[in-house]
Amino acid sequence: MAHENCRHLLGALSDYVDGEAEAAICAEIERHLAGCDNCRVVVDTLKKTVYLYHDVATETPDLPAEVRQRLYQRLNLDELLGN
Amino acid sequence: MDNTPTHQTSEPFSLEALRAGDKVEFSRLVEAYSSKLYRLALKMLDNPQDAEDILQETFIKAFRHLKTFDGRSTLSTWLYRVAANEALMLLRRKHPETVSIEEPIESEESEQEPLQIVDWCCMPEEEMLSSEGRRRLDEAIERLPHTLRVVFLLRDIEGLSTAETAEALSLSEVAVKTRLSRARLRLREDLSAYYGDRMEKLDHGA
Repeated sequence: MAHENCRHLLGALSDYVDGEAEAAICAEIERHLAGCDNCRVVVDTLKKTVYLYHDVATETPDLPAEVRQRLYQRLNLDELLGN
Repeated sequence: MDNTPTHQTSEPFSLEALRAGDKVEFSRLVEAYSSKLYRLALKMLDNPQDAEDILQETFIKAFRHLKTFDGRSTLSTWLYRVAANEALMLLRRKHPETVSIEEPIESEESEQEPLQIVDWCCMPEEEMLSSEGRRRLDEAIERLPHTLRVVFLLRDIEGLSTAETAEALSLSEVAVKTRLSRARLRLREDLSAYYGDRMEKLDHGA
């Protein structure tokens, strides 16, 4: 990310990895990536970063049993606990 | 990306029953969202007791205000909105100097210039998602400033769309995108330092 061109594209990379960047910006990024190894690494590792978090997030989050129990008590729903 | 957590748009709950105070229907809502809202609060606050308080407050508020819920947003966006606001209010009470979600964007969230240029993409996935790898993923989130963190959590962990996140946080969609971009670049930087190091050790047989 040494030259100005790279800095200029930085703010668009997040949209780019989501496939939401405008066509003209996409083309500009891809042209740039073809000739800039550093930026290619940044884009690939940015994609991987987002992928890893999405992957972990698909696992059902853990609600500790005692937290669930106290929540139901607080909401006066305890008679429905376990339904 | 095709692995984006999916977000339910059609309402699987009876608004009529919920508005009438039907306890069975309300408990279905609690069952469906409590673990997600607890995860959000825990990652926003880094404190299980605070997260539990926010979880309880969110559903108490939801129960009280369901009568006036206008259905303009989905119930899930509305619940995330209540939970995120409760958590941000708590953070503001605890750290009044650092937490302001309102625009304009604070200087502490400035653009992260990429410094770590190491390609760790080819590392085996079981290595990246080992228990230590997972801990590093969590710790990287904890190092994000709160204003970037909440946007990242709603978009990339809870799977809300840009529009839903904007609505939940009363921000413009442009601000959501800017903050998400900054959060992701910081996380990339943080993970690159760790995975780059791990890769080097693996290469040397450690």
